[in-house]
Amino acid sequence: MLTFWTFGPEGEVMQQLLPEFERAHPDIHIKLQQLPLSAAHQKLLTAFAGGSTPDMTQLGNTWIPEMVALQALEPLQSYVDHSRVVQPDDYFASIWATNVIDGTLYGVPWYVDTRLLFYRSDLLKKAGFDAPPTTWAQWRRMLAALSDPAQHRYGILLPTNEYQQLMSLALQQPDPLLRDGGRYGNFESAGFKRALRFYVDTFRLHQAPAITNVEAGNPWSEFGRGVYAFYLSGPWNIGEFRARLPASEQADWSTAPLPGPDSAGIGVAGGSSLVIFRASKHKAAAWALIEYLSQPKVQQRFYGLVGDMPPRRSSWEGGALRDDPKARAFREQLEHVRPTPAVPEWERIANAMQLQAARAVAGELTIDQAAAEMDRQADHILEKRRWMLDHAARAPQAAR
Amino acid sequence: MNAPRAAWLFLAPALLVLGIFFLLPVIGALGLSLTDYDLYALADIHNLRFVALHNYLALLQRPLFWSALGHTVYFVAVGVPLSMLTSLGAALLLNSPLARCKPFFRTALFAPVVTTVVAVAVIWRYLFNTKYGIANFVLGQLGIHPIDWLGDPHWAMPTIILFAVWKNFGYNMIIFLAGLQAIPPELYEAARIDGASAWRQLRHITVPMLGPTLLMVGILTVSGYFQLFAEPYVMTEGGPLQSTTSVLYLMYDEGFKWWNLGSASAVAFLLFLIMFAVTAVMLKLARCGEPREQEPA
Amino acid sequence: MNPRTAKLLINGLLLGASAAALFPLLWMLSVSLMHPGEAGALPPPLWPAHATLHNYRELFLRAGMGRYLLNSLAVSTAITALSLAFNLMAGYAFAKLRFAGRERLFRALLGALVIPAQVAMLPLFLLLKTVGLVDSYAGVIMPAMATVFGIFLVRQYARSMPDELLEAARIDGAGEWRIFVQIVLPLMKPIMVTLAIYTFLTAWNDFMWPLIVLTGQDHYTLPIGLASLAREHAQDTELMMAGSVVTVLPVLALFLLLQRYYLDGLMLGSVKG
Repeated sequence: MLTFWTFGPEGEVMQQLLPEFERAHPDIHIKLQQLPLSAAHQKLLTAFAGGSTPDMTQLGNTWIPEMVALQALEPLQSYVDHSRVVQPDDYFASIWATNVIDGTLYGVPWYVDTRLLFYRSDLLKKAGFDAPPTTWAQWRRMLAALSDPAQHRYGILLPTNEYQQLMSLALQQPDPLLRDGGRYGNFESAGFKRALRFYVDTFRLHQAPAITNVEAGNPWSEFGRGVYAFYLSGPWNIGEFRARLPASEQADWSTAPLPGPDSAGIGVAGGSSLVIFRASKHKAAAWALIEYLSQPKVQQRFYGLVGDMPPRRSSWEGGALRDDPKARAFREQLEHVRPTPAVPEWERIANAMQLQAARAVAGELTIDQAAAEMDRQADHILEKRRWMLDHAARAPQAAR
Repeated sequence: MNAPRAAWLFLAPALLVLGIFFLLPVIGALGLSLTDYDLYALADIHNLRFVALHNYLALLQRPLFWSALGHTVYFVAVGVPLSMLTSLGAALLLNSPLARCKPFFRTALFAPVVTTVVAVAVIWRYLFNTKYGIANFVLGQLGIHPIDWLGDPHWAMPTIILFAVWKNFGYNMIIFLAGLQAIPPELYEAARIDGASAWRQLRHITVPMLGPTLLMVGILTVSGYFQLFAEPYVMTEGGPLQSTTSVLYLMYDEGFKWWNLGSASAVAFLLFLIMFAVTAVMLKLARCGEPREQEPA
Repeated sequence: MNPRTAKLLINGLLLGASAAALFPLLWMLSVSLMHPGEAGALPPPLWPAHATLHNYRELFLRAGMGRYLLNSLAVSTAITALSLAFNLMAGYAFAKLRFAGRERLFRALLGALVIPAQVAMLPLFLLLKTVGLVDSYAGVIMPAMATVFGIFLVRQYARSMPDELLEAARIDGAGEWRIFVQIVLPLMKPIMVTLAIYTFLTAWNDFMWPLIVLTGQDHYTLPIGLASLAREHAQDTELMMAGSVVTVLPVLALFLLLQRYYLDGLMLGSVKG
């Protein structure tokens, strides 16, 4: 019995992919658990804390450093060395790299996820724009033209309780988000403040409503009704939009790479990997499932079912993916992605960052105050890490 | 079998359960709150540091702790009186000799109490949806501008208070009803002969006679309302802008979301101390007000 | 105010209050029978255009609600049975059996009531982890097997039992256990019913501790399953309402069936307490 956790919409389509695997491996029974995406991080930590981790799980690659710091994951290099399916060279290099911590491989990329723009091409055209924006300045002009708060129309939906949007903008800056080897926050850098100002201005100019995703309710149908012209989100929404919008509206939306401060922008090197827990008693079976899910033809089917983008170049060369116009922007964006800071505390810092950003959106803080508060909180959160780093640095010396 | 031995055997199961699953962990929490027990320590106990009172001092310097305490006190200070007044009002109505269909009304008013917080909080989330909720639709019919009930930091807590009053008033209503029925009817009879108005009867007979019940209900309700958690967890996730983050929500986040068990234990103990102090003050005030009144244990 | 107006006013107020108390529950039932997306319209519809059980099918076939329902039933029943037994024994001992330090021990227990249960939750989790009970039914059931409130309630009730009855049985040579089972328990029936309903409702509705200790969905109780569903399917109003109906209906039905015992018991307990 192999327990496998999935988060979000992937779980529902896994039920259609698994029977084939189980037919090929009659001795392996898979127990699939679907958990809500918003609870993913907490569920994983709780499972670790409670000693009840599954055999394997889907794991957001920004959380890999955290799970590695907890020594919860099984190193996978030796499995990959003997595998004929998983070929590291075939993967997008920046995505593969997020799975390597201190030179050791802990996960196999399952799908890639970078945030970019979904947009209503018909609305843009009506407003006189033939192509999606490539720079922030163009983007701002379009947002202004497409917003009419009195009519409940906004340029874009940026849920104030999701950090991915601001983080995507911040990663486009030259300044790193943390400094001194991840010991301190770097939110008061000029680059981050520029991203924060652009983000906050979007609300202050009423080009985005200051609401959370709880209040946003059903963003898909509102996008379909033209409440929002842009939607900054990830690839799984290709599947959601296809499933949830009527056929008549399918020609009216498209995707585009993220605009950058000055030219086409960089995105987050996000995505989910497949990992095996150290405590698992079924590692061989888990690896067999990882290999199955890593086959290009399975990844193509996976894309067809849910819209998740495969991390292997060869998977992009066949099936529906090759000719899908809505996937093309992602393919482009994937060549320009940057990872989030590889510290275990990142998820918590990102949450703290977003809370202060939301306060700035609400007008409680200025940009400078918000950035200073983010640094203060990041430094507080990183206190233990600093102690551990110094401790570890001192320990070998003491031994000598 | 001699009597003391029998007594201890009868007590043993309950005392063991309370000792192992309550007393022991409470002592453990005190110890935990003096350490920086976190995920790193969970992975490797060598990463554990004894930090004495640092967790407490750090909390007292953290704006989030004070705002969580503020939200909790707000919830208690507005929610408890409102809830008790509603309970008392409903009990008075039900106790009136003029009321009809009493069993039906009693059941209907009590029904929200037995429902599951999570389930009814989900209902309220939709009823108070800014766009499609019935609450704003009704307001709209009255010509009132829609309110962003759960999305506006100023409105989220009042909405949760409203919800809590709706959910809980039935319980105290029953207790008050029992208290009212225990008041001898002759007292009202005499007052009526003296020509006392309904309001004067309420002030001079009902409220004093209900005194001990009011105090007991007050203390229980206050300590219940201090433990605000499930409502914001389901309705607002502590937001917007952490305006519904209660002390307990902070403890949950700190402890079971980020696994800083040391600091979360400190939050729990601070909450305990605050609740203890508030209860003590209430008892003291009640004793001052009515020196004759003796609370039975 | 003349009596007619007063009567009208009082009954009018009661009717209004009852409507306010029941409306959300009736609305929940109505929306749960609507087709997906139907409730998200303006003006908000009060009745389903064509009632459907689609949401319930969805819940039980795809969202695993049947499993949560069984979990809730099993956990709540176990808690009720065990804690009833333990509380009855302890409450009776405090009321009727003599032993050194009885009053002091009881006062200490009452004193423990001021400590909110949440203080114990963090170490309790670690404790259960070391014995491997995280994410198990036992992890939810065991900490609830005895409550100070239950012991208190039983003791208050048991104190009114005549001592002569017990003494007579003792003189006849009956053992303490036989006395408890054959004489005491039958006399305690009313408080047993009240306490049983109270415990069952509390266990069924409990949220925070199961949320913490149940880490995998196999063991989820209904409130936890529903909260998890609410985060994933927030936009599916109709489905969520069906989930709420499934969660609330069993306890509401239990209450309606046994309300006389329950409410009378509460009133009795409160006057005595």
